[in-house]
Amino acid sequence: MNTKTAAKKEVVKEDAMWLQKEMINRNYHEVATAREAGRKVSATFVPGNLNELLMCFDFARRLPETDALQNGLRKKSGKMIMDAERDGHSEDVCTYVKSDLGMMLQGQVGPTGEPMPHPDLLLLSYTGCFTFMKWFELVRQKYDCETVMLHVPYQGDGKISPAMRDYVVKQLKEKVIPTCERISGVKFDIDRLREYMKESVKAEENLVRVLQSAKHRPSPIDGYFGAVYYIGPMFTAFRGVADATRYYEVLWSEVEARIKEGKGPVTPEGDHPGEKYRLVVEGPPNWTSFRDFWKMFYDEGAVVVASTYSKVGGVYDFGFRHDASRPLESLAEYCLGCYTNLNFPQRIDMICRYMDEYQADGLLINSIKSCNSFSAGQLLILREVEKRTGKPAAFVESDLVDPRYFSAANIKNRLESYFQMIKQKRMAVAA
Amino acid sequence: MSVQDIVKRCETLFEDLEFNAVKQWKAAHPGAKAIGYMPIYVPREIVHAAGMLPVGIFGGGDQLEVIQGDAYYQSYICRIPRSTIELGLTGKLDCLDGMLFPSICDVIRNLSGMWQIMFKDKYVKYFDLPQNYDDSTGGAFYVHEMQTLCGDLEKISNRKITDDDLRRSIAVYNENRRAIRELYAYRAQKPWQAPTSEVYLVLRAGAVLPPEEHTVLVRQYIGETDKEKRPQRDNARVVLTGSFCEQPPLGLIKSIEMAGCYVVDDDFQLCQSMLLDDVSLEKDPLQALSEAFLHRSAQTSSKYDEKKEDKGRHLLRQVKTRGAEGVIFAAASFCDPALLERPMLLEILAKHKVPYTAFKYAENTGQMAPIREQTGTFADSIKLWSAA
Amino acid sequence: MKTFIGIDLGSTTTKAVVMDERQTVLGRGITNSRSNYDTAATIAKQEALVAARFFLFRKTLSGAVDGDLDGFLAQLERDFRLEQYLEQLADLEQVCERNVATAKFGDAAAGVAAALKTLFSLLQKEAPALFAPGARRKSDFFRDIAGAQYLALGEQVAKDASVRYDMLLNVFDRSIIEVENRVYDASIKTHLLAALERAFVALPHTRAFSERIRKPIQSVLDTDMDETYVVGTGYGRARLPFSKEHIRSEILCHGLGAHVMYPDTATVLDIGGQDTKAIQVDRQGIVESFQMNDRCAAGCGRYLGYIADEMNMGLHELGPLAMKATKTVRINSTCTVFAGAELRDRLALGEKREDIMAGLHRAIVLRAMSILARSGGIRNEFTFTGGVAKNEAAVKALTDLVRENYGEMTLNINPDSIYTGALGAATFAWRAVMEEGKTAEAREKVAA
Repeated sequence: MNTKTAAKKEVVKEDAMWLQKEMINRNYHEVATAREAGRKVSATFVPGNLNELLMCFDFARRLPETDALQNGLRKKSGKMIMDAERDGHSEDVCTYVKSDLGMMLQGQVGPTGEPMPHPDLLLLSYTGCFTFMKWFELVRQKYDCETVMLHVPYQGDGKISPAMRDYVVKQLKEKVIPTCERISGVKFDIDRLREYMKESVKAEENLVRVLQSAKHRPSPIDGYFGAVYYIGPMFTAFRGVADATRYYEVLWSEVEARIKEGKGPVTPEGDHPGEKYRLVVEGPPNWTSFRDFWKMFYDEGAVVVASTYSKVGGVYDFGFRHDASRPLESLAEYCLGCYTNLNFPQRIDMICRYMDEYQADGLLINSIKSCNSFSAGQLLILREVEKRTGKPAAFVESDLVDPRYFSAANIKNRLESYFQMIKQKRMAVAA
Repeated sequence: MSVQDIVKRCETLFEDLEFNAVKQWKAAHPGAKAIGYMPIYVPREIVHAAGMLPVGIFGGGDQLEVIQGDAYYQSYICRIPRSTIELGLTGKLDCLDGMLFPSICDVIRNLSGMWQIMFKDKYVKYFDLPQNYDDSTGGAFYVHEMQTLCGDLEKISNRKITDDDLRRSIAVYNENRRAIRELYAYRAQKPWQAPTSEVYLVLRAGAVLPPEEHTVLVRQYIGETDKEKRPQRDNARVVLTGSFCEQPPLGLIKSIEMAGCYVVDDDFQLCQSMLLDDVSLEKDPLQALSEAFLHRSAQTSSKYDEKKEDKGRHLLRQVKTRGAEGVIFAAASFCDPALLERPMLLEILAKHKVPYTAFKYAENTGQMAPIREQTGTFADSIKLWSAA
Repeated sequence: MKTFIGIDLGSTTTKAVVMDERQTVLGRGITNSRSNYDTAATIAKQEALVAARFFLFRKTLSGAVDGDLDGFLAQLERDFRLEQYLEQLADLEQVCERNVATAKFGDAAAGVAAALKTLFSLLQKEAPALFAPGARRKSDFFRDIAGAQYLALGEQVAKDASVRYDMLLNVFDRSIIEVENRVYDASIKTHLLAALERAFVALPHTRAFSERIRKPIQSVLDTDMDETYVVGTGYGRARLPFSKEHIRSEILCHGLGAHVMYPDTATVLDIGGQDTKAIQVDRQGIVESFQMNDRCAAGCGRYLGYIADEMNMGLHELGPLAMKATKTVRINSTCTVFAGAELRDRLALGEKREDIMAGLHRAIVLRAMSILARSGGIRNEFTFTGGVAKNEAAVKALTDLVRENYGEMTLNINPDSIYTGALGAATFAWRAVMEEGKTAEAREKVAA
C-alpha cells in the first residue's frame, strides 16, 4: 500500500491506480504512434465495446468517450465545447460529442498531450444511446472516416430475444468483421477471439469481486468515484489483455487487504474518514469537478456502495461472463446487456436490488444534462425506488464535461440537506 | 363542404385533446380497440389489419397546461414527453388500449418503459426500427419485430391477422399515401391555394381519423380549395425541416407564412409520408413493408445514413423537386435528433448554395415576434439576393 | 435564562429567532445581508435579542401601566431606534470626516468638510421625526434610512455651500460600509435606558408610573440572556460563520420552521428571491423529500422585481393589479432575462396590464407546481412561505391550481414566513440541547 500521507497534500493512489494510469498512458501513446507502427486506429463506444474483436485485427483502439472524460478531468473540455459551439453545434446536445469535435478542431491533441490520428474505422456500436449514431456520423462527415453500424436493439420488453441476438450476430458476421478485415488487412481468426474472451473472463471475475466487496460494512471501496478507476480497463481498450487481468488481480488483493483490516475506501486525501452513510448512486459522474464532488461525499462520511454507472460498459455482477464457446453470440449478449440498453423496469429493479443487497441508506441521482439516455425519466426512477424500498432519494443536477453546468454551492446544499435528512430520520427511529 | 368547413372540421379535430373522434369510432365499432403511436413512424397497416384504429399522439400542444407531467422531467428535456404524460394522467388517453413507441430518440425510448410502469393495464410496445438495411439482416429483424406486433395485437383483439388482412390494409394506406403525395404536389405547385396552416390541420386529422376517411378528406380539400380563387403573394418558397416529433404551435406555422414564406415541403407528419411510394401487394405483406422501409423511405435524423454521401440527399431532393429557394430548419428545443443532425445538413446546404435559417421552438412557444422577424428577414434575403 | 437562537443567512436578508426553554419565540431580528457574514449574523441576532427584551418588558409591565401598554412599548421602541440611529449617525459623521481627508478632493476638501458638518447637523435635527409615531419608512435598515435622508438633504446643502453634490455622495459611499458593519451590542442597554427617558417625555402621563416601570425594565435589562445554543443556516456561502456542529441545511430548517408554525403541515412551498423549494415533511417536521429549482430564477422574487421595474410599479402593487384582471393572458415562460421583452410584446399586442399580470402570476405558480409535483405532490396541510406568499394574486393562482389538481386543502400562509428558516434553526438549537443532550456552549460574559 502506498503510504503517502494527507499531510503532504499529495493525492493518494493505490498501486492498482498507478497500474491503471500506466495502461491508459501507454494506450494513448500507442494510438498516437500507430501510423508509424503501421497500425490502423479504431474508435468505438464504451457501451457495446467489442474490444476483444477489435484486438483480433491489431487495431490501436480509441474510445472517444474516455477522451472526453479525460479532457474533462484535466479541465480542458470547457474550451473544446465552446469551440464546437462556435462551429455550429447546439448548446442542447451531448457535451461528450462537443468535447470530441472541439478537440478535433484544434488538432486532436489527446489528454496526454500527443496528437492522435483520425480513426481508420468508426465501429458505431449503436448500444444504449441515440447520440452515438449522430456522433460518428458527424465525425465521418467532417473527417471522412469509414464507419460501420452495429445496431444493438433495445431491450424494450426487458429481455433478450433470440431475434435480437441473431440480428447482432448477423451484423457482426456480414458487416463488422468483413469491414474490420478490409481496413486492417488482417484476416479474422475466431480462435484468437476465443482466447481474448477467455482472458476477459478472468478479469471479469475479479472486477465483480471488487464491486461486490462493498457489501461489507464498512465498505472497502467507493462504488462510484472509486469504481470509475476500477471499471476503466474493463470498459476500454484493455478487456481481454493480460495487463488488465493482472491489474484486476492486484486490485482485488488490495481490496481484500482492506476488508481484512476493516478499512474504508481510499480517497484522494487518504483513508476515508469513517462510513456514516451508505448510498447507491444512479447516473454518470461529473468529470470537470470530479474531485470536488467526491469530497462533498467523504467530508460527510458518505460512501457509495453501488452505482449504475459502473455497469454502463457491461453488467457483470448479475452473472454474465464472456463465453468463448459461443463467441459471437456472447458478444451480442454482452452488448445487449449494457446498463443503458436495459429498459426502465430493469433499471429500477437493479437499483432496488442494490439498495437491498448493499444495505444502502438511500439513493442519490446525479442527473446529467447532456445525457438523455440516463436522465430522461430519472424523476420516475426516484419516486419508484422510494416507493419500493421506503428509503429516501435525493436529486442533484450537473453535467459530464461542461464546467458551466456544475454549481458546487447548489449541489453541496442539496447533498448536505440529504445527509442531514437521513441523520434526522435515524435519530427519530432510534428515539 | 367548402374549404372553410373542411379546415374548420380539421381544426376541431386538432384542438380536441379529449380525442372524441377516437371515442366515436370506438362507439361505432363495439369491441374494437385503438392503439396510439408516437412519432416518427410505425407501420400503421398492422394496427389497421388487426381491426384497430391507429391514433397518432403528438403531445398536448400549446393549449395544454402541463402540471403533473413536469414531475417526470428535468427542465432540459423537450416538452412532448411531459405533455404526453399529462394527457395520460388526466385520462385523455383512456380511449387508447395501447401505445407504440418507435425508436426515435432516448427520451421517447425511456418513455416506453415509464409508460409500462405508469399505465400497467395498457399494451405498450417499444418498436425498434432497423438501422441495418440488408433485407436478410435488418429486414429479418424488422419482419420479426412486426410479427411480434401482430402477435400482440392478435392477443388483444382475439382474432388472427391474416396475410389478406395485411394486404387490404396496405392497399388502404397506399391510397392514403397517394392522396398525401397529391396534396404535397398540389401545395408545391400552388402554395397560395394550400396554405400550410391549413394543410397542417388536414394532415393532423389523419392522426385521429380512419385512413379511409382521411384519404377522402385530403382529396376533398384539394378539390375544394382549387375551386377558390385565393390571392397570390410574392413569397419565398421554403422547405421546413426538423419538426418531425414535437410539433410547433399552429401559430408558429402561421407566423412563418405571414413573414413571407410559402412552405412547399415539410416533415411534420412523417408517419404519413415516410414510405415514398406504394408498398407492394405482390409479396409477403410484412416482407413488403420491410423492403419499403429499408429501400424506399424518407431520410430522417433517427435513421442511420449508411454512406456519407447519403446525408442530406433527401433534403436536397425536396428542395429541387419542390422548387424551393431555401430551407428553414425548425427544431424543438433539446431535440437530440434534430439538433445533432443540424450541423451536417446545414453544411451540405451551404455546399450546394441553398440558403437556410435555423431556430428552435417548443410546442407551447408563445412569442412569435422573434420568429417572424427571423423568418421575414430570411424571406427578404432570398428574394433580394438569390439568382432569379 | 436559557435561549436558543437560529440564524438564517439569506441572499438578501439575514434573519434571527430567539426562543426560550419552553420553545416560546421571544424575539425576531432581521437585517440586510452584507459582505461580512459574521456581522450580518451578529446584527440579526442582536435585533432578535432586543426584540426578546421587549417581549419580556411586555410580560413584566402588564398591569404596571394604566391604559395603553402597547402604546407605551411602541413609543419605547421608537425611541430606542432613534437612540440607535443617533449613535450610528454620529459614527457616520466621524467616518465621513476622516474620509474627506483621504478623498483627494484637492482644494474642495475644506468646503466639503464644512458642508458635511452642516448636513449632519441637519440629519441629527430631523432624526426624531423619522421615528415619530406614524412615520413611514421604506426600510428599517440604517443604510437605507440614512442614505435616503443624506440624498434628500445633501443636494440642497451642496448647492448652498457651493460644493459638488457628487463629492458629498462619494464620501457617503465610502463611509457607509464601515458604519454598517459595526456592532453596537455594548450600547443596547444604554440606548434602552435613554429611550425610556425619552418615552416619559413623549408620554407625560406615564411619568406618573415611572417607578413602577423603571424597576421591571431594569430587571429585564439585567437578566442574563444566555445564548445556550446557536444554529445557523443559509447556503451559497464559501463559509458560514458557525462551526460544523452548529449548521443545519436551510432545507431542513425551513421544513422544521414550517412545522413549528403549522404542526399539521405536510408540504411546504417556498418561493424566495432566487430559488424555489418544495419540501415534504413528516409529523415531526423532518424532511422526507425535497426538490429545488436553484439553477434558474424564473418565477422567483427577483423576477417579480424586474417586472415591477419594467412596469414602473412597486413590488407590492403587482398583486393588486393582477386581481383586477378580467381574462388571463397565457404567458408560457417566466424567464427573468426576457421578462421585459415578453411584457413589452404583450402590451404591444394590446393586452391589458392587469390581464398580463394575472397571466404572469399563473405562470409563476405553474412553475412552482412542477417543482412540487417532482418533490412528491401536495399533501394536506400545505404551507406557502417566502416573499411571494404575500402576493394575493399568486396566492389566488396557487389556491385555484391546488384545488383543480389536488382537491380541497388547507393552505397556510403566515405574514412572518420570512422567519421560517430561522425558526427552524432555533428549534434545531433547542432540540440539540433539550433532546439530544448536547452541551450548552460556554459563553464569555460580555460587559453590559
